[in-house]
Amino acid sequence: MKDFSLLDLGKRFGQLLVSLFLLLVVTFVIGRVLPTDPVGAIVGELADPATFAAMRARLGLDLPVYQQFFVYLSSLLQGDLGKAILTGNPVIEDLAAAFPATLELATLAIMLSTLIGVPLGMTAAFFRDSWFDQFARVISLVGHSIPVFWFGIFGLVVFYATLAWVGGPGRVDIYLEGLIEPRTGLLLVDSLLAGDYEVFWNAVSHIILPACILAYSAMAYITRMTRSFTLEQLNQDYVIAARAKGASNWRIVTGHLLPNIAVQLVTVLAISYGGLLEGAVVTEVVFSWPGIGQYMTNALLIGDMNAVVAGTLIIGLIFMMLNFFSDLAYLMLDPRTREVTA
Amino acid sequence: MSLASTSPARGKSGLMLSRLRRSLGNALDKLSHEPVGMLGFLVLSLLVIVAIFAPLIAPYSPSTQNLEQALLPPSWAHWAGTDEFGRDILSRLIYGTRITIQTVLAVSLIVGPIGMLIGIVAGFAGGRTDAILMRFTDIVLSFPSLILALAFAAAIGAGLQTAIIAISLTGWPPIARLARAETLIVRNTDYVAAARLYGASPLRLLFLYIAPMCIPSVVVRLTLNMAGIILTAAALGFLGLGAQPPAPEWGAMISSGRRFMLDNWWVAVMPGIAILLTSLAFNLVGDTLRDILDPRHARS
Repeated sequence: MKDFSLLDLGKRFGQLLVSLFLLLVVTFVIGRVLPTDPVGAIVGELADPATFAAMRARLGLDLPVYQQFFVYLSSLLQGDLGKAILTGNPVIEDLAAAFPATLELATLAIMLSTLIGVPLGMTAAFFRDSWFDQFARVISLVGHSIPVFWFGIFGLVVFYATLAWVGGPGRVDIYLEGLIEPRTGLLLVDSLLAGDYEVFWNAVSHIILPACILAYSAMAYITRMTRSFTLEQLNQDYVIAARAKGASNWRIVTGHLLPNIAVQLVTVLAISYGGLLEGAVVTEVVFSWPGIGQYMTNALLIGDMNAVVAGTLIIGLIFMMLNFFSDLAYLMLDPRTREVTA
Repeated sequence: MSLASTSPARGKSGLMLSRLRRSLGNALDKLSHEPVGMLGFLVLSLLVIVAIFAPLIAPYSPSTQNLEQALLPPSWAHWAGTDEFGRDILSRLIYGTRITIQTVLAVSLIVGPIGMLIGIVAGFAGGRTDAILMRFTDIVLSFPSLILALAFAAAIGAGLQTAIIAISLTGWPPIARLARAETLIVRNTDYVAAARLYGASPLRLLFLYIAPMCIPSVVVRLTLNMAGIILTAAALGFLGLGAQPPAPEWGAMISSGRRFMLDNWWVAVMPGIAILLTSLAFNLVGDTLRDILDPRHARS
């Protein structure tokens, strides 16, 4: 019986590899095949034909497409993603510097949205069709419908410019920038490790608004899914049996419901986390947050395909890993799938 | 059925259309009993009317600049105020409905048929075809759609068409999965078995007997997707990768209004409200339709 689930695992891993390969193909097409004039973008339109041809050869554009793909693959495997036009650094270094900022933002957002969304969805299911359920429904519908970048601008004007409750754009106030030596790259963690509470609280005041705004759209999804998972379980015999035994609502939730919906929730959270990484792109632009999203957008505007492709690769990779691990969680954690495979 | 004997081509489409109309009609009929869903439906209808008659409804030209009138707050003359070039924001929003509706329809018309075709073929054929098609669908589903759309738009140049294609690229998998699930249910029903006994060809079964049954749920899914499409399109516009200025695209309007946000809030706020209301209306309609059509989501 163990072999069988190992087989499932292997299949799933195989699928991950195929996905990754397709991601590479797609990014290759986007970065190398689609752009109409990559050479012109680098040497300029007025360059003489000799320079033009030399650059073409240097970029490997004179090779057949499949060979170009192999060159792309092998340089990727050596960790070479090319140089960024904007900064002149290797793209991989830029991304490594920008990634922790995005990670910090998205992680705080997923924590917030889970802490609020799961209880909200459960309560809505418990009091189905009550005013609370309707309230949760409206909250979640608006969350699905609101343009996150607009909400961000709105939040900045209200909470930063007008009320001055939170810090403005960026990760910390300018006068505190660069005071903390990056260890993890996560400013909240680094400042705590360094014991610098001034920077820590300043960073909190800066991250809280973008994190809340980002969390809202994820929360909408989490609330909705939690509600429907809970509703499904509430009609099951075991809940009725627990009720009949006199278990309190709290006991039913913690002892019976949560374990049963936990696995489904893990999947939802994984999907939301991926969505947050994406949502972070536009949010970062609004909040001048120096993460991958802002890096990519700046690169987009000047047509720096190396940086764009690298950003796409990184986020795509994380997306697929999240999917993979949530599937693994499904296989490993849920006793029901274990029984089925037995 | 008499049509079928006179002209097979017309008969086929006629049969398909009448089945389609009946199931959609049912859904609309049920929708009328749901006030919230109906409200969303009314907003959407209004939006379509506004888009069609934009030149008649808009009080001013969406593009004529009048620098003397720049950045006026909302007033009786300019209900939504004016932007930095003195253009009436309400008129721009009204013309902007055209871009929004066009984007949503174009993406749905690309994504719907492709997703359905893949889904019903996979569900109907089963076996290896099913496995390959669905693996492929799952893989595309695991792509980060907004990021890919960004990269794609960056590669081939910004514009409305680019945005439409970019959004469509990763938009079809949910439709395909849904169509497959529906096909798996319908495939084993008696009437399909009966048609098969009569000697109906696989193609005939697929398009006349199975596809029409999948359409209602596909339409619901598309409606729900439309909210997402609007948000993605607006995000692309905001980042400068959608319809180009001076086109009154809502996301791009927010992007340019952002600079005046502190002193002239209306320039960025008004287009945001338009996006929010439209997307909300699509969500309300889609949500209600799903409640009506899906017994698992049925409300007491």
